[in-house]
Amino acid sequence: MDMLRRTILKGASVSGVLSVALAAGVLKPGQVLAADWNKSAFDSKDLDGAMKGLGATAATESKDIVLKAPDIAENGAVVPVDVASNIPNTSELSILVVKNPFPLSTTFHFSNGAIPEAAVRLKLAQTSVVKVVAKADGKFYTAQKEVKVTVGGCGG
Amino acid sequence: MADPMKIRAQMKGDAAEIRVLMSHPMETGQRKDGAGKVIPAHFIQSVTVTVNGKTVVDGQIGTSVSRNPVFGFRVKGAKAGDKVVVSWVDNTGDKRSDETAIN
Repeated sequence: MDMLRRTILKGASVSGVLSVALAAGVLKPGQVLAADWNKSAFDSKDLDGAMKGLGATAATESKDIVLKAPDIAENGAVVPVDVASNIPNTSELSILVVKNPFPLSTTFHFSNGAIPEAAVRLKLAQTSVVKVVAKADGKFYTAQKEVKVTVGGCGG
Repeated sequence: MADPMKIRAQMKGDAAEIRVLMSHPMETGQRKDGAGKVIPAHFIQSVTVTVNGKTVVDGQIGTSVSRNPVFGFRVKGAKAGDKVVVSWVDNTGDKRSDETAIN
């Protein structure tokens, strides 16, 4: 990582290449180093911004994504959500809570034999659609489900 | 340094099931305390799971994950005795890493 950073910082020619990549939209700022937190996506206050941050604006609906969440959550502070993708070569799964102040909640990258699935517990500020975005072979797929919340998970 | 994580890693069929419970407040930065002052955001931003030194899950986390987060994953190709290391880093730079063996 440090070596990479050095290389990037060092040569003007290298940074020239980088800025060309940036200009071409191949690399987005903040995604230059893969380990970086995707700030633009996580700091988005609406679904469109978060989807844009993920690069998933053209996601298509898919029945091969499994999304398990309760129909009604009595406590919005702890809502168990299980996601899995049966789409071949799924490398990434993101979960978004559409009505939360910051919709994007998690993005997981899977490698070295990890099955593309995750069990998490989310906070839901209010009744909201929960959306899953799967990335497979560079394409994005999505599935969603509404969860009704009787007591919100955010706010005091 | 935060409290240790609880990690359970078990072979279930041909895959290892890894479940982690982390101890973290996961403050969203939206809540106010009794005096009406906003409680600053304090949440885990990244989670990494490795099996025998190889990264299997690399996750980025936002504020809408519950307090004391629980994560569950499954990994194929792992076997009993393999070393599982789970690490997290939060937005204040605090971090923690714990390990266990698959059984």
